[in-house]
Amino acid sequence: MIAWLPNLIFVILLLVAVGFFTKNVRQIIKNIKLGKDIDRSDQSGKRWSNMARIALGQSKMVKRPIAGILHIVVYVGFILINIELLEIIVDGILGTHRVFAPYLGSFYNVLIGAFEVFAFLVLVSVVFFWLRRNVLRLQRFWKDEMKGWPKLDADLILYFEIVLMGLFLSMNATDSLLQQMGAVHYQQAGAFPISQFISPLFTGFSEATLVVLERSFWWLHIVGIFIFLNYLYYSKHLHILLAFPNTFFANLRPKGAFRNNTSVTQEVQLMLDPDADPYAVSDTSETEPDTFGASDVTDLNWVQLMNAYTCTECGRCSSVCPANQTGKRLSPRKIMMDTRDRLTEVGNHLRASNGNEVTDRKKLLDDYISREELWACTSCNACTEACPVDIDPLSIIMDMRQYLVMEESAAPTDLNNMMSNIENNGAPWPFNNQDRLLWAKDN
Amino acid sequence: MVVPTLAEMTARGEKPDVLFWVGCAGSFDDRAKKITKAFVKLLNKAEMSFAVLGSEESCTGDPAKRAGNEFLFQMQAMSNIEVLNAYEVTKIVTTCPHCFNTLKNEYPELGGNYEVMHHTQLLKKLVKENRLQIEGGTFRGKRITFHDPCYLGRANGVYEAPRELIVKLDAELVEMRNCKSNGLCCGAGGAQMFKEPEEGNKDINIERTEQALEAEPEIIAAACPFCNTMLSDGVKNKEKEGSLPVKDIAELIAEAEEL
Repeated sequence: MIAWLPNLIFVILLLVAVGFFTKNVRQIIKNIKLGKDIDRSDQSGKRWSNMARIALGQSKMVKRPIAGILHIVVYVGFILINIELLEIIVDGILGTHRVFAPYLGSFYNVLIGAFEVFAFLVLVSVVFFWLRRNVLRLQRFWKDEMKGWPKLDADLILYFEIVLMGLFLSMNATDSLLQQMGAVHYQQAGAFPISQFISPLFTGFSEATLVVLERSFWWLHIVGIFIFLNYLYYSKHLHILLAFPNTFFANLRPKGAFRNNTSVTQEVQLMLDPDADPYAVSDTSETEPDTFGASDVTDLNWVQLMNAYTCTECGRCSSVCPANQTGKRLSPRKIMMDTRDRLTEVGNHLRASNGNEVTDRKKLLDDYISREELWACTSCNACTEACPVDIDPLSIIMDMRQYLVMEESAAPTDLNNMMSNIENNGAPWPFNNQDRLLWAKDN
Repeated sequence: MVVPTLAEMTARGEKPDVLFWVGCAGSFDDRAKKITKAFVKLLNKAEMSFAVLGSEESCTGDPAKRAGNEFLFQMQAMSNIEVLNAYEVTKIVTTCPHCFNTLKNEYPELGGNYEVMHHTQLLKKLVKENRLQIEGGTFRGKRITFHDPCYLGRANGVYEAPRELIVKLDAELVEMRNCKSNGLCCGAGGAQMFKEPEEGNKDINIERTEQALEAEPEIIAAACPFCNTMLSDGVKNKEKEGSLPVKDIAELIAEAEEL
């Protein structure tokens, strides 16, 4: 066998994995950019601190302490073990083994030992997550929108992590045995506080067998990581990256302040201004008139679209939603999942037609999100408060209601009555505005 | 009860310290009118200089905006702003968290900039300044639970003012399972007040009332006319209307003051 063949294979795999991942990330960015513009460049100091607190510091995760702490373990473990990944990649390219060990001395042992402890904690946490999902069957993981792929996706991610951690520890276990045997290439390096308990499984194996095993674990582990990296794009797991920009660009205004639709403002000003020149309108009519509200993903803004890709379907939003709790069809999580799925679909159509058009005649409204869901919302903001990464399903619901009312005049009859009351007598009920002060008289 | 209108005061060349925005529920709804009156009695007692707009007031547009009618909302907002700015109003107090939120957060972009207070915030201030003493007698030791209105709590982060007032009544404040930022909606927000709920297995106000009952209160305190209606209906549904009153914080204080 040619000595450098493994290096070559490794480099090719690395390039393919990174290349494919980059291509998919570009597609995501392209899809997000299909959204309308919205300015979130203000208060950068506050934005950085929000990102540090909420994404990096997981402050909203721990509001539910059990899941929160388990999640922090997995998250810290993931980040730390990525340091080890760096060494694995360098080893793979150069054909070395534990290349950092000679430079770091005894600190290397501390690092490897810590990685092992975290790998074990991650393993335990992931098993807990799996039990919560599949044995305790937490209600929010079994709602309608989780049937089929979302359920499988969630389990697959857990299996991935179990297998990767298992491979990492098995790799160390066989490595440490080879080190003890004084096998060639296997320098004395690392501490193995966890994998020492796996080693007995492999004692009595010949050196040659152990080398084959160690190499197999090493390759399976890194190839598994490459696959997982590329699995992200097809899964709900993108939050590990998008949580950061998502919290950075999140809404900073009070939750009760709903966005002002400025295209309406111009029209209303014209209507109310007695000196307005009605013909002046034609100046602006050269630009295509905006549709009011949203019926498809391209009517939403890019932050809303980024929200959709960030959602990891944890369902905290839906579990606190008053409509969802009382058996209505509305589920804020489904609003985000539908938005993401439709956006991916639109992106794929555009790519297939070289950016020309989406020809499937489908829309986010009706084909994904029903009117019944939209009208069930109480705008209470429980969902936005509960989201650990500041996703805002409510703004999408409100934009879609705006489309229904302003483009289709399709509000429920009761609401039409309420609105015509406001138009006619300045109150949602049919009372005479002149009677507003009657309460002060009937003592 | 002394209820001057802004028009009258302006005609006399006077300027009130604060405008009391009564809101549509507070003006027309029989239950909410009682809250309005209780609050006015407290303002009178504290000798607070205030005025109302009377027939010059009109819906803030909140339910229209939440129902998706941005056009109607902005029409309402701009004509209200025109009135408010013509009177040079700077401070507004309101007993309705929906009016509070809209005036405070959604009027500035349309040219209406005011300091807006919820009535529990103003009452807290009046108590702090000793302009209003709260007598604990009537409610001493009573178990009172407070329902957070979404548009006061989560929407604007006001959780403490109403609670401090309950504590001032010498009452025992008992919290529901879901309170403050985790508070459960009464079911009326987002224009739901004006329509039938979608199909489900329970009404939201019943769910919330059950949470309130779990806390075993003697009184349910509210701070929003719509929450008040929803919870009163919930209590009726549980056939407890005789034993478990739903009251606005302003009503509780007025009652303690025997106003």
